[in-house]
Amino acid sequence: MVLYVLTMVIFLAGLYAAMAKKNIMKTVIGMLIMDYAVNLMLVLIGYRRDGLPPIMTSANEPASAFVDPLPQALIVTSIVIGLAMTALMAALCVRLYQRYGTFDTLHMRKLKG
Amino acid sequence: MDNSQLLPLLIAVPLGGAFIIPLAGRLREKAAEAIALLVGVALLVLAAAALAGPASVYRMGKWPPPFGIVIVGDSLSCLMLILIAVLSLCIIIYALGYMKRFTARPKFYSLLMLMIAGMNGVVLTGDIFNLYVFLEIAAISSYALVAFGTEDQELEAAFKYLVLSGVASSFILLGIALLYSKTGTLNMAHLAKLISAAPADRVVQFVMALFIAGFGLKAAMVPFHAWLPDAHPSAPAPISAMLSGLLIKALGVYAIIRIFNGIFSVSGTLSTILIVMGLLSMVIGVLLAVGQWDLKRLLAYHSISQMGYVVLGIGLGTPLGLAGAIFHMVNHGVFKSLLFLCSGAVERSTGTRNLKELGGLCHRMPVTCTTCSIASLSISGVPPFNGFWSKLLIIIAAVQAASTMGNVAYVIAGITIFVSFMTLVSFVKVQKYVIFGKLPEKLAAVKEAPVRMCISLVVLAVLCVGLGVFSHAALRKLVLPARDAALDKAAYVERVLPEWGSQAVTLGEQ
Repeated sequence: MVLYVLTMVIFLAGLYAAMAKKNIMKTVIGMLIMDYAVNLMLVLIGYRRDGLPPIMTSANEPASAFVDPLPQALIVTSIVIGLAMTALMAALCVRLYQRYGTFDTLHMRKLKG
Repeated sequence: MDNSQLLPLLIAVPLGGAFIIPLAGRLREKAAEAIALLVGVALLVLAAAALAGPASVYRMGKWPPPFGIVIVGDSLSCLMLILIAVLSLCIIIYALGYMKRFTARPKFYSLLMLMIAGMNGVVLTGDIFNLYVFLEIAAISSYALVAFGTEDQELEAAFKYLVLSGVASSFILLGIALLYSKTGTLNMAHLAKLISAAPADRVVQFVMALFIAGFGLKAAMVPFHAWLPDAHPSAPAPISAMLSGLLIKALGVYAIIRIFNGIFSVSGTLSTILIVMGLLSMVIGVLLAVGQWDLKRLLAYHSISQMGYVVLGIGLGTPLGLAGAIFHMVNHGVFKSLLFLCSGAVERSTGTRNLKELGGLCHRMPVTCTTCSIASLSISGVPPFNGFWSKLLIIIAAVQAASTMGNVAYVIAGITIFVSFMTLVSFVKVQKYVIFGKLPEKLAAVKEAPVRMCISLVVLAVLCVGLGVFSHAALRKLVLPARDAALDKAAYVERVLPEWGSQAVTLGEQ
């Protein structure tokens, strides 16, 4: 239970960084922390104490002896999606820096309304 | 004929197109455009075939559910597919004319195809994690498309959109993870079965809260709407039309209908939350829209307001309300795409989208102005155009809800009518400043948009009128079957998991 709570704390820390920080690099880092917290949550869901790696070696082993392999498959997918997001965010940050010469959102104020 | 084999093609064809277009574009830009057009036509044919056939289920790799991923084409999915196919084809034809002034056009079409593939995937999938994956495919390509012009404002809007939408995606993924830990399955039919069998507990409530925030952000409901008025106007006009007309529906509203009706059920607190969110979006969206002088920003605020109607209809929880919501979703897709395409035509010809600098275009740009008027009348809910009928259904549903909610229902219906009136006010403003009035001297030499752009404008305007005049047929043939498919949880489970039959499944055995 403590582990789940700690994962939620990481998630909320990431959410805070993504929403409240004025530096867009810190926003990006916050998004990454959120992403990792969710992945960690998925690992925890599949974890089983003293579980074996999910590779069947003989037919007699009960399924409950293994950790749950499905969340691990989900994490791989989620990491790939996270990579695409990170690459795009980094590219946008570079472009914004070229335009404004700063990472500070307070100086990026061309949008209005 | 069993048309389940068609369903994966609806995702595979645009994905393949997204891959081939940049390669073909290296040789010749014309080839890239031709392939994009071809994919658009192919999608329309496939979607029409899927709609004509009976509901069907395709199992990826022949794995039996709930282990494998299933693709479910029921009436609701097929209605969304045909909407996506018609609008994307119109938008591709429009883009052939509009995108002339941009460089890197093959990349544009490639991203557009990727977005269509993602939306078709979201609409078709029967697996909740798969839904997340397709949602991200569509969302990531839309971030890139918002930033396509790479001007200051576009980059800024894209970053804002990316951060907020990325947070929404994290919420949704966390919700899916918790749902998996609770039930041990990702198949939506299986989830529906397990969750309706067990009493709602804290985990399910937390998951619902995460989904409301996540999909609410994707659908730009009011507490979460801040990105939309920046992102939608900043994109090139065809993409604005795509984002407002399709993306917020496929990613936000469709997912809300599918998940909250299909897996959970809309009642009690959830119903109240959806109604409040819908009303807030309607009122705040329209009040902010009236004050805008930027044409595209005004339209973007109206998207928030009109999506409010749809969510209100879902939140009422009655069959009539849901039918109104689905019909309004379709209608909004048509007239809002048309309005954004018109704004693109105006901007392309005059070089501005500030209402104060425009005026008197009705003689210079007759096609654009006629279609724009039709769309304005539709969105304001003037009979006999399509917006009137769907708004009427939602208002009737709100009044009928008085039997369960008491007098609050009349207040809701009153607010709905007031918002409709305010929408009319703000479009009268558009008419006055863009179409009628005095032509400024600067704009004396303005020309009508090219033929390819006009074709899509006319097609969409005909759809607006057609859906209005033949609203009864559209309701009976398209909307009511879709409504039944969304509401009938048991039939959905039966369709996806036929082997299981009436076999009792409880939370313990996984």
